[in-house]
Amino acid sequence: MGIEEYVPDGIMLTTLEKAVGWARSSSMWPLGFGLACCAIEMMSTFASRYDLARFGMEVMRASPRQADLMIVAGRLSVKMAPIIKQLHEQMPNPKYVISMGACASCGGIFNNYAIVQGVDRVIPVDIYVPGCPPRPEQLIDGILKLHAKVKQEKLKKNN
Amino acid sequence: MSAKVMTLNVGPQHPATHGVLRVQIDLDGETILRAEPIIGYLHTGIEKNMEAKTYTQAITMTDRMDYLAPMSNNLVYVLAVEKLMGVEVPLKAQYIRVLLTELTRINSHLVWLGTHATDIGAMTMLLYCFREREKILQIYEFVSGVRMMSSYFRIGGLAMDVPGGFDKRVKEILDTFPSRFDEYEGLLTENKIWKNRTIGIGKISAVEAIKSGLSGPLLRASGVNWDIRKSNPYSSYDKFEFDVPLGQNGDTYDRYKCRVAELRQSLRIVGQALEGMPEGNYITTDRKIAPPPKEEVLKNMEQLIHHFKYWSEGIKPPVGDAYVSIESPKGEIGCYVVSDGSPKPYRVHFRPPSFINISALDKLVKGHMISDLIAIIGTTDIVLGEIDR
Amino acid sequence: MLVDQIKEYLESSRSADFESIEIVRGDLIGRVKVDKLVELCRYLKNDRDLEFNFLSMITAVDYLRTRAKRFEVVYSLFSIIHHHRITLKLAVNETEQVPSLTPLWDSANCQEREVFDMFGVVFSGHPNLKRILMDDDWVGYPQRKDFPLTYETPEFSHNRDKIDLANRTPREGEN
Repeated sequence: MGIEEYVPDGIMLTTLEKAVGWARSSSMWPLGFGLACCAIEMMSTFASRYDLARFGMEVMRASPRQADLMIVAGRLSVKMAPIIKQLHEQMPNPKYVISMGACASCGGIFNNYAIVQGVDRVIPVDIYVPGCPPRPEQLIDGILKLHAKVKQEKLKKNN
Repeated sequence: MSAKVMTLNVGPQHPATHGVLRVQIDLDGETILRAEPIIGYLHTGIEKNMEAKTYTQAITMTDRMDYLAPMSNNLVYVLAVEKLMGVEVPLKAQYIRVLLTELTRINSHLVWLGTHATDIGAMTMLLYCFREREKILQIYEFVSGVRMMSSYFRIGGLAMDVPGGFDKRVKEILDTFPSRFDEYEGLLTENKIWKNRTIGIGKISAVEAIKSGLSGPLLRASGVNWDIRKSNPYSSYDKFEFDVPLGQNGDTYDRYKCRVAELRQSLRIVGQALEGMPEGNYITTDRKIAPPPKEEVLKNMEQLIHHFKYWSEGIKPPVGDAYVSIESPKGEIGCYVVSDGSPKPYRVHFRPPSFINISALDKLVKGHMISDLIAIIGTTDIVLGEIDR
Repeated sequence: MLVDQIKEYLESSRSADFESIEIVRGDLIGRVKVDKLVELCRYLKNDRDLEFNFLSMITAVDYLRTRAKRFEVVYSLFSIIHHHRITLKLAVNETEQVPSLTPLWDSANCQEREVFDMFGVVFSGHPNLKRILMDDDWVGYPQRKDFPLTYETPEFSHNRDKIDLANRTPREGEN
């Protein structure tokens, strides 16, 4: 009731934040950043059985300038850490990071000199998806939680 | 005007490099003069980390090396430790190992076919191959509970027996896959674009291939007849009948044909293993190596002691070392284990086939163009987890 | 040829190159003198009856404090024609250099670089002996036994005040 009674059919009223959140979450383009075994499960998620295209994410951009979601799938080694930092800086705002798998979240089973114990030591992470490797359903659950998070984000964050 | 040589970096993050491989190329126009692969971006210290775990715990770390064929890695490590200890594996366990390893070979070749075809431009193949792969991953999940990193083999046999219904599921694969493979061949083998992009690309002669240490389908496509399953059979492979496909020219098209033929031969072996599966134990009865079953532990003092020693300390191989190599989908994978009599390995080294195959990239790529570089990286079938360990 | 036959053949023809040849668990293992390595490999590669034409593996083991010479470099040669295999072992200490096998096999190139990177064993005559797996400016040789694994103690709620959070190791007096 209220204003909507006097507005003709086909027009919805909403807040700007909700509209922007809905647009941002519905077509997030992931950056193809598969490092190790989790990348294969990520590829399975994009394939026909656990189809990720139904969430608007089938287009996997190769260039960071065109992507807004970085799924870090796999173990991050010490030699690769400066590169992931550079890639993250190249992505334009608003950008989101999902850390997929145990190795990206906390170092996983490799607690040694060569693996960074968690990607969040290098770049800020929004969602952590545990597993070794996480099943495609787990990754989709993580992505949907990210969508829910983005939908209710305030606009001030990225300005 | 002199020709300037341009150095270009095909960086670690690239959709077509199958992982974090960096290739530094010197170009004259679009022709490649020199290509140098730079690796190490996925170095995990697996070999050193295995020295801090017991022999059985270390099996889980071997899965993560060649993550497209995890059971092959498990098999080579377990065979090396069994050789060191002189363990006799029951025939039923050997047959199940052969069955699962051949399914792993099909698994790895399917991913290779999907990604290689996608790099060249035939993107449909990725979706088809991953559809087939789901069936195999469901079998992995059925026997071990995990889709990819199953760690199903143990020293002396298997972790547990295959559940009932295993036969039915494998039979389903045997019935449906041949027609799917016919579909793939129908799409690619006589395809004009595929042939243009792969015939004559990345040629290597047999002599050069042996000198560069290439193994697996890369070597067989150049005409060298060497398959470890035939030459030095392990885990009862001598009881199975299969052919080893060979190529002639050593180019990308021949490698494609070899691997697709290997897919069919693997199905043949799976069929024979399923039909001829003997009765027996799934793990050795030597109680110093395999944990005793629970009924015996609850009633017998000696088995209780064995159970306690196995789970608290681990198995202790004699002092010495052993090297075993098997035919993984990518080539010869070898495992060198050194023991000093303690429950943890003193040194474990894996001879990764992809590491040595990629070091021959310069020879394969010279004189070709950049788009051929992508096709050649695809045909060497590398897995960065194995190269960098 | 069978393993015993190869052993007798080598003992009769090249015994000056070996310190010992033995058969362990069905494998032929020869301990070679460092300066005779390249000639011996050339002979093994070219001899009509042996024809070990494939270099399978080069690796090293660090026997810190348990042997007189610290490192043992292990080579595995295979014959594609006759399907037999031989393992060669060299004992070197930290300052000795090992002759490189790159003139004979190209696959020795990357494997020797890996042994140099991980253990610090220098191969003389190698065209490009740089680090391959670690960063170019990494200090130390990771797979030596005195290089720590640098295990970081994970922080849980029950040990938060018992570990030094700056470098994730247990504090003095705690285990």
